[in-house]
Amino acid sequence: MTKKSLLRRAGVVAASLTASVLMSAQAAEPIKIGSFLSVTGPASFLGDPELKTLEMYVEKINEEGGVLGRQLELIHYDDVGNASNARNFAGRLIRSDQVDIIVGGSTTGATMAAAPLVQQAGMPFISLAGAVTIVSPVQEWVFKTPQSDRMAAERILWDMERRGFDKIGLISGTGGFGASGRKQTLEVAGEYGIEVVADETYGPSDSDMTAQLTNISNADGVDAVLNFGFGQGPAIVTKNYAALDIDLPFYQSHGVASDAFLDLAGDAAEGLRLPASPLLVPAALPDDDPQKAVVQGYKEAYEERWDSRVSTFGGYAYDGLMLAVQAIEAAGSTDKAAVRDELEDISGYVGVTGIYNMAPDDHNGLAPESFRILEVKDGDWMLVD
Amino acid sequence: MFSEFLQFLFTGITIGATYALVALGFTIIYNASHVINFAQGEFLMIGGMATVSFMGMGIPMFFAIILAVLLACLVGVALQRLAIAPAKNADVVTLIIITIGASIFIRGIAQVVWGKDYHVVPPFTGNEPIRLGGAVLNSQSLWVIGIGAVLVVALIVFFTRTLIGRAILGTSMNKLAAQLVGIKTQMVLMLAFGLSALLGSVAGVTVAPITFTSYDIGILLALKGFVAAAMGGLGSGLGAVVGGLLLGIVESMTAGYISSEYKDAVAFSMILLVLFFMPRGLFGGRTVERV
Repeated sequence: MTKKSLLRRAGVVAASLTASVLMSAQAAEPIKIGSFLSVTGPASFLGDPELKTLEMYVEKINEEGGVLGRQLELIHYDDVGNASNARNFAGRLIRSDQVDIIVGGSTTGATMAAAPLVQQAGMPFISLAGAVTIVSPVQEWVFKTPQSDRMAAERILWDMERRGFDKIGLISGTGGFGASGRKQTLEVAGEYGIEVVADETYGPSDSDMTAQLTNISNADGVDAVLNFGFGQGPAIVTKNYAALDIDLPFYQSHGVASDAFLDLAGDAAEGLRLPASPLLVPAALPDDDPQKAVVQGYKEAYEERWDSRVSTFGGYAYDGLMLAVQAIEAAGSTDKAAVRDELEDISGYVGVTGIYNMAPDDHNGLAPESFRILEVKDGDWMLVD
Repeated sequence: MFSEFLQFLFTGITIGATYALVALGFTIIYNASHVINFAQGEFLMIGGMATVSFMGMGIPMFFAIILAVLLACLVGVALQRLAIAPAKNADVVTLIIITIGASIFIRGIAQVVWGKDYHVVPPFTGNEPIRLGGAVLNSQSLWVIGIGAVLVVALIVFFTRTLIGRAILGTSMNKLAAQLVGIKTQMVLMLAFGLSALLGSVAGVTVAPITFTSYDIGILLALKGFVAAAMGGLGSGLGAVVGGLLLGIVESMTAGYISSEYKDAVAFSMILLVLFFMPRGLFGGRTVERV
């Protein structure tokens, strides 16, 4: 951090202190955080932990005195995984609820449907969805917390290159996640000197992928295999892979980075690698890792409060909310343009998902390194890098 | 070369056996009422999910399966009593729509009770695949095929040799005439739903080690199962098995020799052809002969 920005930061803190004193003096109105999430419906595995996280931390922040001396108020709608609902709710948040910032959008579809509205209204918007299209090209008012699938592909290919593989077989699901991952992998593979020599797919309801895997293992000179997919498909691929006794290093995507995947795939998962959030392996992080405390704190708080396993998706909401709070504090007000500028200016924020360094041309702020490479060993995750 | 072919064949059999077992479940209710029960997939789901949840309570697998099957039968009977029976004079299309509604309802309950995660059911006999001529076959596939074969024989015996089975067929052919000869048609329908749930839940538990199970697995499995049943000729047990295996093998051969992108397209084109030239399905004629 440069001296100049330090000075500015100090100024901002001083300003916000004064502001908070002034605000609390007049028993200020709450800061309204708007949200639309897919709490029910097919994408509920995203929206459910996200909403729980937002509720929990809004409560916590309020107990600790709020932001700028004002309480936070969470206004949220359930878009049921439907993009046109998301658009309607975004409109309602902007026009009738008059929120100060929006943190939400569980799916890429919901986010992209709402983006034109926030752009038009000049509303800071932090999305919790994955695809790279949300921030590329950059839209002035739209930010996002999760890494994109392109980054996952880059991270995997980086690890493959490091291990000296130059020909790989790719198998991917035909669902949105798998199809996008396949596209990104094919696009960036060349940059790592890696050639995709077999390219197979499977449908969301397929119950056996042995035929595709047989073709991949018979491809000429294949060094490693990568599966980009989501849901139960990758677990079936993993089991088939083990049953076929394919003796090649096996990679999965971040789409299956959860303990539930280990339960499904069992012994078959032994030795496979994937990129994942450090949230999966808080205990394995070295003590000097800056993310260790944040990750452990979030995991413990979530699991204690909701009595269910923490998920990476809730982590996106945690980072979204904290980035919003930090930007509002730095701006010293809820002036939308100032908050937006501060969001773009965030650097070195240590979150659950990674360390964010936003920039005018980077509204995600994460580097591929925020994905940790994990390997399954003795039925548990082990940190490789 | 040959081991490759063998592998594709085995894969096809594994996939096809799953479809076949699911397809069998559609036969009983179809035979009893000409209703295609779209809640059949939910019986599969209850079979798998209830087994997982009973095993989670520490009940040994065998008894967990029996309990799960009983639970599914109860749900089947309740479905007929509470949703189908009150609409007794409705036509077949209305009843089909009721089963769609019921399937959404059951799925919703399952989502609340059992959550949204996928679960694993351990294979009946070991995880070790069977190796044959350079190809591997999932040992659970043999269970699926075996149980499928037993069910086909049982269904044929049931519908041709037992009084209740004949009563079910009679009801489907002419409800009024069946009533006149003393068949309690509502009773028969209830029985048909109970039996169908039994068949479905057995299928659900048997395929779960291959496909995993979750609250929405019914949609995925029932769709292909229904296609297999339609291709084999709705109402025919043998047709369901042949249709299922054929569908599975065509899918796997296409994925292996042409491209995995086209496997569904080829499979569905084949179904269109079959239904174009044989509108009653491969074994559909049988139903008529029984008259």
